Amino acid sequence: MAYPIDAHHAPVDPSVPLEYSTEDGSLKILGFWIFLAADIVLFSCLFATYIVLHNNTYGGPTAQQLFDVPGFVAETLLLLTSSFTCGLAIFEMHRNRLQPMIGWWIVTILLGMGFVAMEISEFAKYVGEGANITRSAFLSAFFILVGTHGTHVTIGIFWMIALLIQFIRYGITAVTARKAFVASLYWHFLDAVWIFIFTVVYLSGKVS
Amino acid sequence: MLPHYFNHLFVTGIDIYIADVLIILTSLGIVSVLTYFKKWKWLWREWLTTVDHKKIGIMYILAAFAMFFRGGMDGLMMRTQLAVPNNHFLSAQHYDEVFTTHGTIMILFMAMPMLIGLINVAMPLQIGARDVAFPYLNAISFWTFFFGAMLFNLSFVIGGSPDAGWTSYVPLAGPHFNPGPGENYYLFGLNLAGLGTLASGINFLVTVIRMRAPGMTLMRMPMFVWSTLITSILIIFAFPVLTVALSLLTFDRLFGSHIFSMTHGGMPMMWVNLFWIWGHPEVYIVILPAFGILSEIIGTFSGKKLFGYPAMVGSQITIAFLSFVVWVHHFFTMGAGAAVNSFFGVSTMLIAIPTGVKVFNWLFTMYKGKIRFNTPMLWALAFIPTFVVGGMTGVMLAIAPADYQYHNSYFLIAHFHYMLIGGTVFGVFAGLYYWWPKMFGMKLNERLGRWHFWTFMISFNLTFLPMYLVGLMGMTRRMYTYPPGLGWSHLNMLETIGAFGQGISMTFMLINIVWSFKYAERDVTGDAWDGRALEWSTTSPAPEYNFAHVPVVYSRDAFWDMKYSKNKEKYQVKEKPYRPIHMPNNSGRPFLMGFAFFISFFGFVFEWYLVGGIGLAAVFYLMFQRSFEYNTDHYISVEEIEHTEAVTGRS
Ligand code: HEM
Ligand SMILES: [Cu+2]
Repeated sequence: MAYPIDAHHAPVDPSVPLEYSTEDGSLKILGFWIFLAADIVLFSCLFATYIVLHNNTYGGPTAQQLFDVPGFVAETLLLLTSSFTCGLAIFEMHRNRLQPMIGWWIVTILLGMGFVAMEISEFAKYVGEGANITRSAFLSAFFILVGTHGTHVTIGIFWMIALLIQFIRYGITAVTARKAFVASLYWHFLDAVWIFIFTVVYLSGKVS
Repeated sequence: MLPHYFNHLFVTGIDIYIADVLIILTSLGIVSVLTYFKKWKWLWREWLTTVDHKKIGIMYILAAFAMFFRGGMDGLMMRTQLAVPNNHFLSAQHYDEVFTTHGTIMILFMAMPMLIGLINVAMPLQIGARDVAFPYLNAISFWTFFFGAMLFNLSFVIGGSPDAGWTSYVPLAGPHFNPGPGENYYLFGLNLAGLGTLASGINFLVTVIRMRAPGMTLMRMPMFVWSTLITSILIIFAFPVLTVALSLLTFDRLFGSHIFSMTHGGMPMMWVNLFWIWGHPEVYIVILPAFGILSEIIGTFSGKKLFGYPAMVGSQITIAFLSFVVWVHHFFTMGAGAAVNSFFGVSTMLIAIPTGVKVFNWLFTMYKGKIRFNTPMLWALAFIPTFVVGGMTGVMLAIAPADYQYHNSYFLIAHFHYMLIGGTVFGVFAGLYYWWPKMFGMKLNERLGRWHFWTFMISFNLTFLPMYLVGLMGMTRRMYTYPPGLGWSHLNMLETIGAFGQGISMTFMLINIVWSFKYAERDVTGDAWDGRALEWSTTSPAPEYNFAHVPVVYSRDAFWDMKYSKNKEKYQVKEKPYRPIHMPNNSGRPFLMGFAFFISFFGFVFEWYLVGGIGLAAVFYLMFQRSFEYNTDHYISVEEIEHTEAVTGRS
């Protein structure tokens, strides 16, 4: 271990997973769960806004005309797979195997990047067709809801890169394990939000 | 090319010039005092970089007082304008700006930070903890609030103030009717401060759940801690709604989206709903901690344990729950239909029941108690009837058909000032007088305190009681002047006299603070009021680490039990030697982060995206820097603890 870990961060309770083993770690994980609750409220409001406005196309393109099935299915697959590989990284972390953990972590980041790239090109395509945020209330709500999720994912990618460097430097310690675990909670959460976007925005938009 | 409003960047007008000069003089004064006494380093080391909850609490209270002054000046300007009919002290536009900043500042930058400050000061001590769960985050909360408030206040010298009311209804607040930076200041200032509030909510919730001293079960917590717990939950579920509402309006204003537009399929009612889904819980966020303060004080000064503790807990939980299902009462008149209005009318009235339970519990706590009428208790006693008047008139407003008459009249203004001043502000004053010795090591002077109390009580009622009447006589809120002959003139004059009375009354408090710092007797016991909860078991002010030994709790009113119970021996475990105490390091980063946010959001206010982007990049850079910081804590050595304890006579 390259870094001297002080007593506060050294494991105090070997009967629980590493990330929970220090007081500091378990407090931060609980705090993050609560943050996620607040983030759920945030997304709920955006969903509510979208649901209220989604028919107000003001003569512009409708959801049905706009959305492209292969595109959003591919986005969904990328993000869902990345959630799975993120789970694998944490699994390897719990088995104290640094190399595979880092490997899965990198795969997760790459899949996430793929998702963001696809979303950006999706948005660019819509804007190119004149379906931009100022066209109608439906499109405003669409871009803001899906864009907020995309921004979350983008921040998550930068975060995971920062953590990647720390895993390489310090290995699996109580501190890095806690950080990885919290980031993985965030990542799975975004996956769950996407499932709602997939259903409420894309699928419903396509069938109605 | 410079944007068109660049020419009007600096607001003109004689009052603004006076304010400019005052701001510059004050800033110069502060800078020269700090330089003369060589206090810069001290300021940075001891305050700006602190992560100590007690100091952060004091900074919250200081900043809130500054905002109280600013909001109070706005109030006095409004009352001057309305003192006589057909007055032209302020123009219509200017009046609009003043009531907007008054309301926004008082609720978001005065009431909330004042209470969050008191929570910071008292709550960790009351649960026997050494700090909050996330001290570093606590500092970030403070600095985002502080810079959010500064950003909002900057509007009145650079760019122009917002003028669409603290409720900022669209379409008035939208891009078409309200171009220019004023409303942007509102949106960005509040969003920045809101981030900090959300972080405080999470921080306090984890602190209460996880950091209580051994033996302190939930049902042994002091009532103020309970109110912190419930308030935190309200913050966590309400503030994201505000964030969304503000952000959506920001998109409409900056990027031309149509969420709240009148055209392109937008829906202005969406704003009104989102605003009040946050807004009603918000009014409970600023009253529940005041309830908590009251419960502490009434118990202490009646020398009795709180009556009906479980009912007090239950009623707070009920209030918190109900506060999320009443928001439509703010717009009964917007045509939701009879069924919807009935539902929200009834749900609103239901809140009166748990509130009544609390009032009776306070009364029964005092019943047969040996009441001591110290200043904190005076404020607490005045709280009860004032709050009942405000609550009863609230129930009147909740009768939807009748609200068509009261809505947006001075009757409503009177209602919420009875709640927010008679409730929140009285509660805050009670708390300040009560915990002053804990914060600074001496009581405030009782005689000056009584002057403050009585002048404020009388002036407050003089200001706001007539508002109920002029409201019923048809005077609507937010009107900048009125003709003579409507029967309103005398009442308005009374209100203005009352308002200046409150201003004068506040100088008693100011004098009291200065006097007490100089001359008041220092409290060396740590237990200034013969208190009941754990904050009184340590020294005043508490040492950095709060408790040399973490206390062990066996009952409610733990400190009372320690002092007076029959088998005190169980508490005598203190003889074991001290152990090094683990504390978080100070950090300048929260301050810098707040400042970077400030720069960024200032850029966005003027749609200078380069500035906005650079500021945000700085924020993210600071966050990454923190992520790579592993050396975040230190130990206080046994020798240092022994020394500190010996100096305060506690070894
Ligand atoms: C029994 C409890 C309460 C009831 C029944 C009640 C009822 C109401 C109703 C019906 C309105 C809307 C009136 C209208 O716009 O026509 C209102 C407005 C308001 N209430 Fe209350 N209220 C209660 C407690 C409180 C508390 C505790 C506070 C704050 C500490 C508060 C602060 C406000 C504010 C600020 C407004 C006006 C907001 C605005 O339009 O600018 N209320 N209340
Ligand atoms: Cu309300």
